[in-house]
Amino acid sequence: MTLKRTPLYEFHKQLGAKLVPFAGYEMPVQYPLGTIKEHIHTRTKVGVFDVSHMGQVAIYPKGKEALNGIIKKLEGLLPIDLENIRLGRQKYALITNEKAGIIDDIMITKKEKFIYLIVNAANKREDINYLQAQLGSKAELVEIEDRALLAIQGPEAAEITCRILPELKDMRFLDVMEVDSEFGELWVSRSGYTGEDGFEISLPSASAEAFAEQLQLSNGTEFIGLAARDSLRLEAGLCLHGNDIDESTTVIEAGLWWSVSKTRRPGNIKEGGFPGYGILVSQLNEGVQQMLVGLKPQGRAPIRSGNRIYNSAIDGEEVGRVTSGGFGPTVNGPIAMGYLRADEVGKNTVFYCEGRRARLPINIHLRRFVGTSFNK
Amino acid sequence: MKYTEDHEWVRKDGDLFVVGITEYAAEELGDVVFVDMPEEGEEFAQGDDVAVIESVKAASELISPMSGTIAEINEELDENPALVNEDPIDKGWFFKIEASDPDEYENLLSEKEYQELIS
Repeated sequence: MTLKRTPLYEFHKQLGAKLVPFAGYEMPVQYPLGTIKEHIHTRTKVGVFDVSHMGQVAIYPKGKEALNGIIKKLEGLLPIDLENIRLGRQKYALITNEKAGIIDDIMITKKEKFIYLIVNAANKREDINYLQAQLGSKAELVEIEDRALLAIQGPEAAEITCRILPELKDMRFLDVMEVDSEFGELWVSRSGYTGEDGFEISLPSASAEAFAEQLQLSNGTEFIGLAARDSLRLEAGLCLHGNDIDESTTVIEAGLWWSVSKTRRPGNIKEGGFPGYGILVSQLNEGVQQMLVGLKPQGRAPIRSGNRIYNSAIDGEEVGRVTSGGFGPTVNGPIAMGYLRADEVGKNTVFYCEGRRARLPINIHLRRFVGTSFNK
Repeated sequence: MKYTEDHEWVRKDGDLFVVGITEYAAEELGDVVFVDMPEEGEEFAQGDDVAVIESVKAASELISPMSGTIAEINEELDENPALVNEDPIDKGWFFKIEASDPDEYENLLSEKEYQELIS
């Protein structure tokens, strides 16, 4: 299979990025600055990420079907109150399956003529096929392939971005805005996936390089690769679909019940009516078998995705597995998250992860290892 | 200085042999965050897994370039594993081996052979 390239491929090469295959794209995994410095730069100043590989998807009503009809149908698939989300706001949403597992986690926005989704790169095709099949012939799902997507993240993200685009200055966390600019029509949201304040900006592919260059020329910006993007989201306790959440982990096991809109919860006016709701209610009442927790190794050695977790330094029982693990530059040590058997979580605070020579002691930790600074 | 196909360098230091990884390897690994070192006094044969290098990307095995006993390890890497990236061929050394078969050194790759390997 030939790898796709984002509109910034040549730009990354000029910056000296190391490009690797990722979700079918040739993507920058790091720049000459190196992963740790890129990570710290984003936490202290501002980092720019090319996330054009992610799926930008439009759902249009077809024929006489009005957009409201599509919204109603989508509420049968997503545990959110889409009807009552204002234009100008963005929402994090899970696509659930009948087993209360997670087909994907997405960002959703209502626009005047269509519903706009940003979905994980690796799930693009599957999401589109699934939603198209569920919504039927009165909706048309289209992958928007002529737009790039850039994330600008960090404590100085607002200052730097607003120097180029002053009209963004009043946006709050999860606000969205359409802006006519010298770079064409921008779809901007005040959001991101690093735990920092910032923006995600969708723009015409043709002007992506010009915009990236202008950001690059701003004092204090660095382009940041996928490796630092991963350590940033892990430190912030954010799940990666395919690692920490998937079709076999339920919304409650993953600790993502907060993303279910209040009106869709038990006892509320628009309760349930989405795939897996019955299972979620019984898990709310009766508890879960496993839960996703933050994990902090006591030593310096990182633990990695797939490593098994035990309740004893030797022998004992296997009680969990690491789903994401690595090094957290801000905490200057190894960090991870993973699933533990729920009955073990109350019993112990120290667990043991398989290591090369001996099991490594690890503590349960809050999923979030660093503070966040969203402009709420 | 000699080299291995696993991108390690070996340098004679009196009766001992110092082992580290090449600039090329350090570049490929990305930022090193932890090195799981052997113990002083442990014995290894040429080709054995002797240490694990944990980088931001993954864990990689360090293969013993020679047979012998670990005589000394670079304790500084414990506090500052970034030395492996910053100065791989000097301050970022890993350990010193008391070789059981010093002739193995002569059969390692020369500078020229190694440069051909990575070019």
